[in-house]
Amino acid sequence: MSDAARLTIHRYFGLLFRALVLLIALVMMLPLAYLLFRAGGVGWTELLSLLGRTRMLSIMWNSLLLVCGVTILSLALALPFAWLTERTDLPGWRVWTVLAMMPLVIPSYVGGFTLIAMFGPRGVLQELLSPFGVERLPSIYGFTGALCILTLFTYPYIFISVRAALHRFDPSLEEAARSLGFNGLQTFLRVTLPNLRPAITAGGLLVALYTLSDFGAVSLLRFNSFTRAIYVQYLSSFDRNVASLLSLALIVFTIILLLLERHSRGRGRPRYYRSSAGVVAPRKRIELARRKWPALAFCGAVVMAALVLPTGVILYWLLRGLTSGESLAPVWAATLNSFRAGALAAVAAAVLGLPVAYAAVRMGGWLMSFAARAVYLGYGLPGIVIALSLVFFGANFAPWLYQTMWMLVFAYVVRFLPQAMGAMQISLMQMNPRLEEAGRSLGLGNRAVFRRITAPIVRPGVLAGMALVFLTTVKELPATLLLSPTGFSTLATQIWSGTDEAFFARAAAPALILLTMSAFSIFLVLMQEEREVIGG
Amino acid sequence: MAVNDVSLTVDRGEFIALLGPSGCGKTTTLRLIAGFERVDAGTIEIDGALMAGNSVHVQPERRRVGMVFQEYALFPHVSALANIEFGLRRMPPAEKRARTQEILEMTGLAGLEGRMPHELSGGQQQRVALARALAPNPALILLDEPFSNLDAGLRARVRAELGEILHAAKATAIFVTHDREEALSMVDRVAVMLDGSVKQMASPHELYTNPATRSVAEFIGDANFLPGFGQGDTIECELGVLAARKQIRGPVDILLRPENIELLPAQPGLPAARVRHSLFFGHDQLITVQLPTGTHLIARSGPSDAYVSDLPLQLAVRSPVVAYPRKK
Repeated sequence: MSDAARLTIHRYFGLLFRALVLLIALVMMLPLAYLLFRAGGVGWTELLSLLGRTRMLSIMWNSLLLVCGVTILSLALALPFAWLTERTDLPGWRVWTVLAMMPLVIPSYVGGFTLIAMFGPRGVLQELLSPFGVERLPSIYGFTGALCILTLFTYPYIFISVRAALHRFDPSLEEAARSLGFNGLQTFLRVTLPNLRPAITAGGLLVALYTLSDFGAVSLLRFNSFTRAIYVQYLSSFDRNVASLLSLALIVFTIILLLLERHSRGRGRPRYYRSSAGVVAPRKRIELARRKWPALAFCGAVVMAALVLPTGVILYWLLRGLTSGESLAPVWAATLNSFRAGALAAVAAAVLGLPVAYAAVRMGGWLMSFAARAVYLGYGLPGIVIALSLVFFGANFAPWLYQTMWMLVFAYVVRFLPQAMGAMQISLMQMNPRLEEAGRSLGLGNRAVFRRITAPIVRPGVLAGMALVFLTTVKELPATLLLSPTGFSTLATQIWSGTDEAFFARAAAPALILLTMSAFSIFLVLMQEEREVIGG
Repeated sequence: MAVNDVSLTVDRGEFIALLGPSGCGKTTTLRLIAGFERVDAGTIEIDGALMAGNSVHVQPERRRVGMVFQEYALFPHVSALANIEFGLRRMPPAEKRARTQEILEMTGLAGLEGRMPHELSGGQQQRVALARALAPNPALILLDEPFSNLDAGLRARVRAELGEILHAAKATAIFVTHDREEALSMVDRVAVMLDGSVKQMASPHELYTNPATRSVAEFIGDANFLPGFGQGDTIECELGVLAARKQIRGPVDILLRPENIELLPAQPGLPAARVRHSLFFGHDQLITVQLPTGTHLIARSGPSDAYVSDLPLQLAVRSPVVAYPRKK
């Protein structure tokens, strides 16, 4: 073949590749585009009557209340916990640090399940108290329950960021304040706290975002915030306009939070670290002396509520189920289904994510960076919104896809592709083009370069991304609930229905399996963050 | 680092240096004075008031001790001005403004007060740290290795500025350093700290010419030691009979600073020392010579003469000399 012909092929291939990347990005934007299109079809008069009919304002108020409540309460747990483990001689502070982060492993709906299975009707506590003639317990449904669950399982986001900030914090700043006439408390308020503010804001916004988009806990605990209202609308009236309007409002709220979060991390702002690098005096932990008892009680109570009780409740119902002859067969079937859906989603994410990741890292131009951004859109969208838009889209335009496994996998990919992309982009960035050139100059052909240099370097990132997608897919609830083919039950849906129908023993085994897998996924995320730090 | 047997007395308005190698306990001493660490034994008094010891521990905020940290520890979330005003919160506003203005002018920071710490250069940051410590008019200022974060070119200038500012403020100050030139050139008195205790406290001149111990002599400057025998006012050694600074008897080690050894042309008939090698620096040179008995000495000489290897020389010593009893 002549050189000119080879060049032509090369150019066509490049164009084709760009077109492919763009196509993937457009497909990923489909749900949002459809939602906007639907909501755009609602007229003004209709809009006003809808607002009145659906009690939109009360839903907004509920969501706002929950987001604020969870954020503030999480802060109240995370701040003292982080301070105690990082700055004081709290006995066993290393262990407490790990324990404080572990509730992150528990998905909110599993948390909801444990709360209901403990304190709800026919729960553990009621059974314990029934011999004493206690028939009814104060209801845990509604705001209080949702607030408790979301706080207990999201405060680690703030804990992690505040702990990191405390770790970076230069203790001589506090000493400087002391030598200028401020006592311990004044120093904390005037010097330490202002310097923790960026970390508190970042962690708090993560908690707020999680709370706003959470579906599992609020739905199980029947608190009418956005996500549950959307679900109820979908179930009861199948009124697309109302549901899409609610979804749109939720998206607006999410975008506001995302913008705030971006702003809080913005460049150009002074960085609140020590002004120059160098030797720091080894920090001395503050001696708690007799104050260690209340401190231990506080940490113990948090870990008890967020970790020990939930796992205890799961184990209790698991044993109850096993001894009363609850069949494990549905659990195995559900596990198999979950794994199958997860594996399909992982493979699809790798196949679709790799070209986009490659384009984002290696190719210039606004079109390619737009494509990468479009794919990241799914990350910010609440799961229930993606699920719902696909339900409408499928029912209207692709009935042959609706309620098939493919539709479900598509929803997973839209939601979790960004996670896979993240991992793949990191390893692609490590893949310096000079390495490939070095391979060529050492006499390797194109194919040999790919096989012996590119692939081995990129492989770990792709595998990590796939593992992450697999594990988060298994945990996913709203899309699974809305888009599963009929009769297709997974671990997540089993926990959901078991809790909803108060068959707690049935939900226990899936919950335990999920918890284990969730632990793996958190571990993977932490590992990846480590890599990101190392990779610069 | 453990500290014991530290005895320091600082007069009002005096500027002293705490000099020692890294890890000798000098920063710990500073932190004990500031109140960030607790003493196990001994006492610390400021202006006649007991600050620590005898089961007393006055909190750092009540000691009236200002501190300039090695990393400056400027509060990164507020401006330079707010940093300087930090310790003045109990002052009436008018007085506060006047005091801040005075301090800003004294430290040459006028015009920079609106900047955030990260917008200031290293030298400016250090002046803000000093201004912040000076503003509440503390009884004592402590400076922990104040120049270690500055590059060499900047250091000499900042050193001079800092000395002037402290002098103008009539502040009583202790500063910690491991750099002996820094200590000797800046302060009224130097306390030499080795292995957790203060070995000698004296004026720079006294310290250099009459070190209390052999280890202080070695730490404070280049030192040769020549064996000799004390006979009261004189010491007999290979280089002849030298006058002793003070009475001493028995086997001794004589301290010979390189600049106290004079290199003279060899005289016929007398045993000569020979040049082994020399290091030429421009303004001076260091010449290693070997005495007839084999002992090596390092001498300092001006740049005019050339000392080639094996050149025979006669050595003379500027007396009186300091000597230390030889350890058995």
